[in-house]
Amino acid sequence: MADTMTMRVTRYEPDLDHEPRTQDFSIPLRDNWVVLDGLNYIKDQLDGTLSYRWSCRMGICGSCGMMVDDEPVLTCATFLVDYAPGPIRVEPLANFPVVRDLVVDISDFIERLPRVSPWLVRHEDEPVDDGEYLQTPGELAEYEQYSMCINCMLCYSACPVYGLDPGFIGPAAIALAQRYNLDSRDQGAADRLDVLIHPDGLWGCTFVGECTTACPKDVDPAGAIQRYKLTAAIETLKSYVEGPS
Amino acid sequence: MTGPGALPRTYRPRPSIWWWVRKRSYLLFVLRELSSVFVAWFVALTLALVWSVERGAEQYERLLDVLSNPFAVALNVVALAFLLLHTITWFNLTPKAMPIRLFGARVPPVAIVAAQWAAFAAVSAFVIWLVVG
Amino acid sequence: MPHRSAEPLAWLAFSAGGVLAAVFAPVVLFLAGLALPLGWISADHAHLDDVLSHLLTRIVLLGICVAALFHFAHRFRYTLYDGLQLARYGTVITAGCYGLAMLGSAAAAAVLLLNR
Ligand code: SF4
Ligand code: FES
Repeated sequence: MADTMTMRVTRYEPDLDHEPRTQDFSIPLRDNWVVLDGLNYIKDQLDGTLSYRWSCRMGICGSCGMMVDDEPVLTCATFLVDYAPGPIRVEPLANFPVVRDLVVDISDFIERLPRVSPWLVRHEDEPVDDGEYLQTPGELAEYEQYSMCINCMLCYSACPVYGLDPGFIGPAAIALAQRYNLDSRDQGAADRLDVLIHPDGLWGCTFVGECTTACPKDVDPAGAIQRYKLTAAIETLKSYVEGPS
Repeated sequence: MTGPGALPRTYRPRPSIWWWVRKRSYLLFVLRELSSVFVAWFVALTLALVWSVERGAEQYERLLDVLSNPFAVALNVVALAFLLLHTITWFNLTPKAMPIRLFGARVPPVAIVAAQWAAFAAVSAFVIWLVVG
Repeated sequence: MPHRSAEPLAWLAFSAGGVLAAVFAPVVLFLAGLALPLGWISADHAHLDDVLSHLLTRIVLLGICVAALFHFAHRFRYTLYDGLQLARYGTVITAGCYGLAMLGSAAAAAVLLLNR
């Protein structure tokens, strides 16, 4: 096996470039190296000006997402050997504006997360003396999967609907809403429904399913959205039956 | 470099109108969505059949005649392929859209898909039996 | 109370039509489009007439046709939005697609109910 590999990296320097270009680097190909190790090698040894985000190197901070050979992945969890002999293409996350090199502007995503009130909403708190809000393992299982999200935005990058219409609130935000809706301690479902039943909310989704494929944490946002559509439709029907309140 | 308060200049590529050819899964998605056209065709054909049968044996024969010309046959072969694509994708997505619980346990997705195919087989057999008599 | 919009209803109709089309459409198309015209199986006219003019058949067919048409309208609308990036003509497309479904439903009702 060849012991080097070509990494084709997207470069973009807003003050110099009109649009992104690519630059090839030759990096060592080691069995235990992930794409992020290759980028770190480039930055340390070949070109210190390369910009990209990362932090934990263990698939939990969600900051190292990039397009590798056109697929959105966590670069700290994607092994170079799987792309041998290369060249391997590393690009910034699709569907987001590029700030520089491999760094994208995520303010759009950061702005929309709080819209779905991703925290436990209580209309009335139980007295402290009554102790904790207890939950059975079954109640935990209802939402546990959705609580695994690390906000890596790979699902946004995989979603063609978000790419075409950045107003679409997007997979992770809806999955996150479900994470709290399905929590037995939460009482905020009605508030979240008001946000998500909006045209930019649920309905733009056509169940392409790519978000679920891309998700590194098995959150299954596509399933969450479909389930939520059913809930939203039933709630709407109920409101017609009950009349305006 | 940038003055105070100036926003960083970002690059936002325009999505190509051909975005759905770029990836196999996107292409399959668009084909799945296009199956809806053939669902409409299925309605038209059903209505044509009902209408012709009601007009009498002669009109019915005339319809069969029109439908047996090569273009109509080709169209219907394509239509059947798309309708099957619709059925396959629809059945596969159902367990994702509505997880079913029985006796407190999640019914495994394969079981839901299998149950739908069983229903499909039963309905198909029944319809054929109705028509053949 | 959730915001009242037609979208959830359109989606419900889309789903109902999707289920019915998934189960019924292939066999009906196979029979009407291939097996009968090509003589793979033969059904005599009198028998077919009996089956098709039964009131129950008519009502079931009407339900399937209307739901399937709204399934088509909804899906095709989003195909135009996304596949061809025509979302900016949203109003026209929406009116066109659901309008077509309504016309089709009226035609289905006329064929299935009036002519008996
Ligand atoms: S749902 Fe999955 S892909 Fe999307 S942000 Fe969360 S962890 Fe990442
Ligand atoms: S570096 Fe934290 S998820 Fe990859």
